[in-house]
Amino acid sequence: MKSDKKLIDDAGKRLDGRGPEELRKIKIEVGVLHRASGSCYLEWGGNKVMVAVYGPREAIPRHTQNLLRAIVNARYNMAAFSVEDRKRPGPDRRSKEISKVISEALEKVILTEQFPRASIDVNIEVLDAEAGTRCAGLTAAGVALADAGIPMKDIPVACSAGKIEGRVVLDLGKEEDNLGDADLPIAISPRTNEILLLQMDGHLTLEEFNKALDFAIKGCNAVSEIQKKAILDKYQSVEVVE
Amino acid sequence: MTIVPAIKRDYICKLAKQGKRVDGRKFDEFRKIEIETNVVSKAEGSARVKIGNTQVLTGIKMDVGEPYPDSPESGVLTTAAELIPLASPDFEAGPPQQDAIELARVVDRGVRESEVIELDKLCLEPGEKVWIVFVDIHILDYDGNLFDAASLASLAALITASVPASRFELGEDYPLPLNEPPISCTSVKFDDFVVIDPSLDEEEIADARLTVATDENGDIRAMQKGLNGSFTKEEIQKVIKASLDNGREIRKQLSEKTGK
Repeated sequence: MKSDKKLIDDAGKRLDGRGPEELRKIKIEVGVLHRASGSCYLEWGGNKVMVAVYGPREAIPRHTQNLLRAIVNARYNMAAFSVEDRKRPGPDRRSKEISKVISEALEKVILTEQFPRASIDVNIEVLDAEAGTRCAGLTAAGVALADAGIPMKDIPVACSAGKIEGRVVLDLGKEEDNLGDADLPIAISPRTNEILLLQMDGHLTLEEFNKALDFAIKGCNAVSEIQKKAILDKYQSVEVVE
Repeated sequence: MTIVPAIKRDYICKLAKQGKRVDGRKFDEFRKIEIETNVVSKAEGSARVKIGNTQVLTGIKMDVGEPYPDSPESGVLTTAAELIPLASPDFEAGPPQQDAIELARVVDRGVRESEVIELDKLCLEPGEKVWIVFVDIHILDYDGNLFDAASLASLAALITASVPASRFELGEDYPLPLNEPPISCTSVKFDDFVVIDPSLDEEEIADARLTVATDENGDIRAMQKGLNGSFTKEEIQKVIKASLDNGREIRKQLSEKTGK
């Protein structure tokens, strides 16, 4: 993409003053909704995401049930007022695709075989969008699943890396995403660094790709610490009744 | 719909006979209200309102478009509500159902009929170009009384909204032109008891519902009765009084929170 705008200054600082390997500010709140089995509110830079988990409960309609394990239904939805030009409410092709890849990523870590015929519904609402909403949504979903007490092998986490002006950087911001050369969002299981979700658009050499992947995995691990801290802050003070 | 066990109904009615409610409130007492404005940076105006556990987020977006042929010199107001599955185990994804449409229409009427937005000031070129105001209501957590939560969130979002003129190269942004809004308060009746600001449990066993919107002079600006039960004249007068008293408090809180 052509643009005269400088995304990195001579000192290596990005538009919002971050260095190449620096994340935007992340804030996580656990258990913010009353009706849901588990919930999470997450702010990641200018992104604001709310996630509610319902279930495990009987999967409806019946024909979607799996006799051997639970199905995972993630539903990614953008609020009409979350973007610059009002988005028409309801699912479009983009949000359906994101819902699918997030569902598949979560399914890998959830012990679905414990809940035959059930569904675990993960509702991801993007309230304010500013690049990287799928990573923010999946990260919040991981926390909300833990809050709901759904048995998992690990708490999944996502982060992206990308390329702007020929340089690989972590966690693209809004203009970097619009004007940059490549974006690589991934999700991992942080205990094993297994990759649960990976998408890429743009143009990367093999060397750049490897570097971006390393950056993104490092980013995921850093975000994972924030997730764990938020969950501990909520629950470590809870007294255990003997 | 949830099947409400008779036990729950008995329990709530038994308490009511002793003058009590499940959450310890008086019959004419609202739950705690929290108003937070400017929560979405991409929106022209936004507000999150909590009434007890019920949580509603409204965002305002504006666009330039064509006016309706029958009102060529006035802006357009569009209100939509989404009962997203995030908010309750009983809400399903998909196009808006009856309940969401009723909710959006009641909020829309409250804003439109009492002329909260000065739509005639939102005309750019008569018959050609006017501002379109989108009020999008997102229910985040459903524990009863969506009408009051949704209308309060929408008012708070409108009050803090600014017209994005600079984005459309129409000069500088300016606050949305507004009149003093009416505040709506909802009561429900079960057996012979009338309570204001019903929680979900109370709403589920209710026979009748009455929403009363009052203005800053203590006058009544809108009413809507719902469900298949009935009210006596005395009950209606009681509901109006409770709506006036609570409306006054809510108005005070709204103006403190929005600085207007």
